[in-house]
Amino acid sequence: MPDPAITQDDVRHAAKLCRLALTDGEVDRFTSQLGDILGYIQKLNELDVEGVRPMPHALDQHNVFRDDQPAPGLATDAALANAPAKDGPFFKVPKVLGEGGGA
Amino acid sequence: MTTAHDPGQPYGLKTTLMVGMEIHVELDTRTKMWTDAPNVAHPDYFDAGPNTLLSPVVIGMPGTLPVMNHAAVEMSILVGLALNCAIARRCKWDRKSYWYPDLPKNYQISQYDQPICGAGYLDIPVDGSTKRIRITRAHLEEDAGKLLHDLPGGGHSDGSLVDLNRAGTPLLEIVTEPDFGSADEAVVFGQMLRDLCRHLGVTQGVMQQGHMRFEPNINVLIEKDARTCKTPIVEIKNLNSFKAVHGAILHEHTRQVEKWLEDGVEMGARSKSTRGWDDAKLVTTPQREKEDEDEYRYFPDPDLCEVEVDDAMLEAIRARLVELPHARLRRYVDELKLKEADAKAIIDEPAVTAYFERVLAEGAGALPAAKLLRNNLSKLANEKGAGPDALGVSAAQLASIVGLLDAGTVGSNVVDTLLVACTTSDADPAQLAEQGGLVQVQDDSQLEAWVDEVLANPKLQKAVEDLRGGKQQAIGALMGQVMRLSKGSANPGQVTKLILAKVRQ
Repeated sequence: MPDPAITQDDVRHAAKLCRLALTDGEVDRFTSQLGDILGYIQKLNELDVEGVRPMPHALDQHNVFRDDQPAPGLATDAALANAPAKDGPFFKVPKVLGEGGGA
Repeated sequence: MTTAHDPGQPYGLKTTLMVGMEIHVELDTRTKMWTDAPNVAHPDYFDAGPNTLLSPVVIGMPGTLPVMNHAAVEMSILVGLALNCAIARRCKWDRKSYWYPDLPKNYQISQYDQPICGAGYLDIPVDGSTKRIRITRAHLEEDAGKLLHDLPGGGHSDGSLVDLNRAGTPLLEIVTEPDFGSADEAVVFGQMLRDLCRHLGVTQGVMQQGHMRFEPNINVLIEKDARTCKTPIVEIKNLNSFKAVHGAILHEHTRQVEKWLEDGVEMGARSKSTRGWDDAKLVTTPQREKEDEDEYRYFPDPDLCEVEVDDAMLEAIRARLVELPHARLRRYVDELKLKEADAKAIIDEPAVTAYFERVLAEGAGALPAAKLLRNNLSKLANEKGAGPDALGVSAAQLASIVGLLDAGTVGSNVVDTLLVACTTSDADPAQLAEQGGLVQVQDDSQLEAWVDEVLANPKLQKAVEDLRGGKQQAIGALMGQVMRLSKGSANPGQVTKLILAKVRQ
């Protein structure tokens, strides 16, 4: 069985990707907690799932579709109501340099 | 087409370009991918004001749930079928996490390891032959919003401005293998793909609006000392014109060879980089690096169930496949004998193509129908500022006019008048011609009476004598008078015959 241990560096890296600022104490605590969780999940590897189709969703449903019919959406004012900053009809964020992230 | 310089073989080295492309296609469904807010890529909403196409799902409010747009899934499969892709019988949705202000949820719903369309291909024409471009995959995802750095009109803002109208637009990402060996091949493919998607009715394909965005992945193989060196791959982001695709590939060809001569760096782990294209300077420029793939932390989206495509669904979508534009062009030229320019013009606009096909289905001959469409109807369309298919002249009416011309019932000189009459009336053009006095007089005794009157006119005796003396162009003046007498209704062919017969008696 592979070692499920998670290092402090893993936690710091994940926190950076999630834009979370952690104190050293929190890094300690989360490293041990996340290690425990991974260890628990690791138990699932003991199950024999040979020939069982991977289940991407907890519900055994598929094709939950919506018809392509538009409905009035959210008014601009309402959408902007909780924005920390706005300028006219736009959400405003700290100046971003360069091109967008893009899809 | 391009102003960029083709380097040929830079620095006298033997080099080979290798280019693959990722193409993002904004689908023109009425609603967004995950909610019923209107889609900015649908023509009804092109002019929507900033942040007017929103919903709680679009702006990523906590507690909202996405629901799949059926039409977007069907369109994706339709494109996959046209690209000869293996369609996945089951696929799932994944979250791709990254932080950027144009991405409200801080993750994009996409497809990571189970794209809806698997491997396929598209054959493109190259130098009188065809070349097969392999499609790696095509997956469905959602577009991000837009960031503006100034207020509309150029006003200064102390921040960046976010317009989320585009957020959540269904986006089909098509990925090719690195099968393009030149900038020209990449552009031909791009244009074919655009035509194909527009004729399938899945996108408006307006390049300036970013409905199709191209990202070439480029590197160069360099033969040196019996060894092939590969330069690191460079991805050029977000090109929205064919000119930019062409220019960026040409520029990278030279730049990568120059860089390799300078530092000798070859392709290796994590050597891929991202650049943008400067349309004014015609150069690629370095760009901010996004997360590496393993930092996107892809995982299955727990808010969405799988897509399952059964035989019935697949066949229903397959039935919507239309003749693809490239094949249609060949058929129009080879079988219908249309001029290539006419065929291309008709195929350029899918609505016009469909109209032309309906005219043919009404029994009109292809050549005269194309001639009417390309000459008279297009002229009227220009005047009215609408497409030839949207003038109110039905396909049946146009086919009927073709028939009237063929039978000599009306002359080509009255076609424009007749078409204008059709724009405001659903009546049969035969009836409209009758009412408008546009029917050609073919009755010999009437024609003869007009011809005799003209030939007897003392003022025209010089023309008569000239014609009798063999001066063919003298017939013009006589014809003109007959047409004037008949108010344009005389059949010109018959009048010519009659005048010549009488003058030579």
